[in-house]
Amino acid sequence: MKEDAFDRRAFLKSAVAGGAAAAAGTLPKSAEAQGTAPTKTPAQESPPPTYSFLNPDEAAFIEALVDHMVPADQYSPKGTDLGLNLYIDRALASGWGKGDRTYMQGPWRPGVPSQGYQLPLTPAALYRSGIAAANAACAKTYGRRFDKLDPAQREEFMQGMRSGKVVFEGGPPSRAFFATVYQNVMEGMFGDPMYGGNRGKAGWKMIGFPGVIAVHYQNVEKFRGKKYSVEPVSISDMS
Amino acid sequence: MATRLKEVDVVIVGLGWTGGILAKELAEAGLKVVALERGGLRLPQSDFTVPQVRDEIRYVIRHDLMMDTQKDTLTIRNNVSQEALPMRRLGSFLPGDTVGGSGVHWSGHTWRWTDMEFKVRSRYEERYGKKYLPEDMTIQDWGITYDELEPYYEKFERVAAVSGKAGNLRGKIVPGGNPFEAPRANEYPLPPLTPLLAQEMFREAAAANGYHPFPRPSANASRPYTNPDGAKYGACQYCGHCQRFGCEANAKGSALISVIPIAMRNPNFELRTHAWATKVLKDPGAKRVTGVAYTNVLNGDEFEQPASIVLLCAYAINNVHLMLLSGIGEAYDPVTQKGVIGKNYCYQTGASATLFFEGKHFNPFMNAGGSSTTIDDFNANWQFDRSKHGYVGGFIVAGAFNTSLPIGYRPVPAGTPAWGTEWKAATAKWYDTAMQINMSGSVMANRYNYFDLDPTYRNAFGLPLMRMTFDYKPNEHRIGEHAAQVINDLAKSMKPTHLNPAVARTGPWTVVPYQSTHNTGGTIMGTDPRTSAVNKYLQSWDAHNLFVVGANVFPHNSTYNPTGPVGALAYWTADAIKNKYVKNPGLLV
Ligand SMILES: Cc1cc2nc3c(=O)[nH]c(=O)nc-3n(C[C@H](O)[C@H](O)[C@H](O)COP(=O)(O)OP(=O)(O)OC[C@H]3O[C@@H](n4cnc5c(N)ncnc54)[C@H](O)[C@@H]3O)c2cc1C
Repeated sequence: MKEDAFDRRAFLKSAVAGGAAAAAGTLPKSAEAQGTAPTKTPAQESPPPTYSFLNPDEAAFIEALVDHMVPADQYSPKGTDLGLNLYIDRALASGWGKGDRTYMQGPWRPGVPSQGYQLPLTPAALYRSGIAAANAACAKTYGRRFDKLDPAQREEFMQGMRSGKVVFEGGPPSRAFFATVYQNVMEGMFGDPMYGGNRGKAGWKMIGFPGVIAVHYQNVEKFRGKKYSVEPVSISDMS
Repeated sequence: MATRLKEVDVVIVGLGWTGGILAKELAEAGLKVVALERGGLRLPQSDFTVPQVRDEIRYVIRHDLMMDTQKDTLTIRNNVSQEALPMRRLGSFLPGDTVGGSGVHWSGHTWRWTDMEFKVRSRYEERYGKKYLPEDMTIQDWGITYDELEPYYEKFERVAAVSGKAGNLRGKIVPGGNPFEAPRANEYPLPPLTPLLAQEMFREAAAANGYHPFPRPSANASRPYTNPDGAKYGACQYCGHCQRFGCEANAKGSALISVIPIAMRNPNFELRTHAWATKVLKDPGAKRVTGVAYTNVLNGDEFEQPASIVLLCAYAINNVHLMLLSGIGEAYDPVTQKGVIGKNYCYQTGASATLFFEGKHFNPFMNAGGSSTTIDDFNANWQFDRSKHGYVGGFIVAGAFNTSLPIGYRPVPAGTPAWGTEWKAATAKWYDTAMQINMSGSVMANRYNYFDLDPTYRNAFGLPLMRMTFDYKPNEHRIGEHAAQVINDLAKSMKPTHLNPAVARTGPWTVVPYQSTHNTGGTIMGTDPRTSAVNKYLQSWDAHNLFVVGANVFPHNSTYNPTGPVGALAYWTADAIKNKYVKNPGLLV
């Protein structure tokens, strides 16, 4: 269990990618103590074939995060069963992830919050550096990367990113990273299933959103103040 | 080297609402008209069909119909001591980028602005005294009157299929409408939209509180309609995908399905898509312009289109940008207060409360862009005494739904966790059982809110970006505070299970999230070339064959949405060109 909990190689890689150059010298005790090679077999680490952007470490981070945000309960299946990880992967591989419709010329300045997004990073680059930095920060605080944290630690760490309390050394601001991830999780949960998320229209079913069929000329009066329950219809259902 | 093309009578930059209106009118008057539109042509029958058009990710989240900040954007700062930085992504406003312009994906709320706006300085000085107006508040009279515009408002309402209820017919107050509106010659072309539960609840509460609720006039056809030009509209389906979407039912008033196809059938008219105007060409010797330089964005070819008349119809902020890039008129300087181009940029302010009612069903996915019951008691109502609250301007308040799709709209009571089972429980419970009361407030012009060219950042054509310097001033904060109080009092009187109260904006204006595409000013109209860029016919004081059409001519911003007067002024300008200018080219004033 203990060995499983921390993958030294992955940690070092993420730490460097996150820009925390001194990370190797500041390994947390628990990580150093463990020392030995990881016991996971390469087969277990190989990426699920469906990811086109996320590498295995990144996929593990996103899977853990979406399952924490959207746990399985009476309202819906869990995040990975809804395809939220897949939604994010596809978004990052798409034009959006590569910075479509984003002004990418410098000079780059942090600016003030009222000036909006000012990082020199496309969404894909923000995820890549953000996940690496988050795993490095987790390693420093908890001695293991994010996907190996227990639920209480995950919760604490996510709250820390949300408020900006967690510091990504040399990386993008944790708050900006988390705001993007959070927005994307919501898009995956409540957007059309053709983008890879909202599998089985479970997000729509959870709230009672009827989907794309919307001919309500008469319904607007007929259902005024009354519950309108239908099986939701997605774009691919009609295509 | 740019290719010089054969001269035409009229070149129009931008084919949205204003360009479409002028293209049709001037081509019908026998002029040879060319329109340059930076975007492509998307047609409802091929591009706005169900199910593909019902895609919140594509249209709302990824801005499929809107300007591309990779090619051109603005730099933003709140005040002159800040360094402006580029708006790297869209946020607060979402101008269009296809034939039809922003009028493809607007909501359609269509108002008639009154003399309260057009005579703003003289009216306030008369009623409250000269000292009432803060020194840095650079509001001024527009040089036009409601009576002059009334027939043009009517024309636009008929073309755009506006549904509504008159409140003042030729001076007689009519029950059911807005009693504070200015006198109308005729009823709206279409009856009001069918109200939603939220609107009915708001109406009852507003009336019980002594206010005067009415259905907001909107260019959403409440039933099938053929406009006076023969353009056919279908009935609005309350599909819940209005704002930011093209309309699949052809029920939303749009130049794309009214004036533009009519112009396109006219042999006097030619549309060039993917044609990005970069500069208005000047005749160095004379007070006139000679044409427009543009780039074909499909292959980079550059052209000069000579024309006898140039019309800038590229949306408010783009019109100002083109004027600054072309060096027409003197650029405004907030320190010396000399110059006019860039002056008096204004925006709007807003606030909203969310009301949660256990057991009610609001069906937030069934609504029109204009599903809004509104009160005008704190705006067009001139009897309302502003001095008690110490501001100039006002606000409208509404119970409304508009495009409440689930990525963007998931109301939960304040304090609900942002994820996890508790979040899911609240989201599931309240999606259908909450409603909102919102307000839109005016913004008065201020000496330090303005546009100029950015010294650092450039667009895809190598040209300087336009720099926007804007923040709310104490006047707007006071409006926000009063409005929040009115909203919260109304909301409490409705006895919701929970209330997320309205909070007045007091922090700086921010470029995110979306607020409204109601940017005004920059080349303002007036009676004096020293204090305005264009005259009452939207004709440049510095080049008599150049007309700059759009909300960029508004000297300040009202609480109302802008397109009523934008459309009316386009028709007014068309008449001035047809009936006056062509016969006798020169300054019309
Ligand atoms: C989401 C949304 C909701 C709105 N809701 C309302 C509402 O409810 N009520 C209301 O009154 N108003 C509303 N508006 C505003 C309304 O759409 C505009 O006021 C109106 O469309 C302005 O008309 P216009 O002709 O000035 O500009 P547009 O209709 O935007 O047309 C301008 C055209 O110029 C083109 N263009 C720009 N630059 C260039 C260039 N350099 N070269 C060539 N072409 C160029 C653009 O691509 C565009 O097609 C809304 C806008 C948005 C985005």
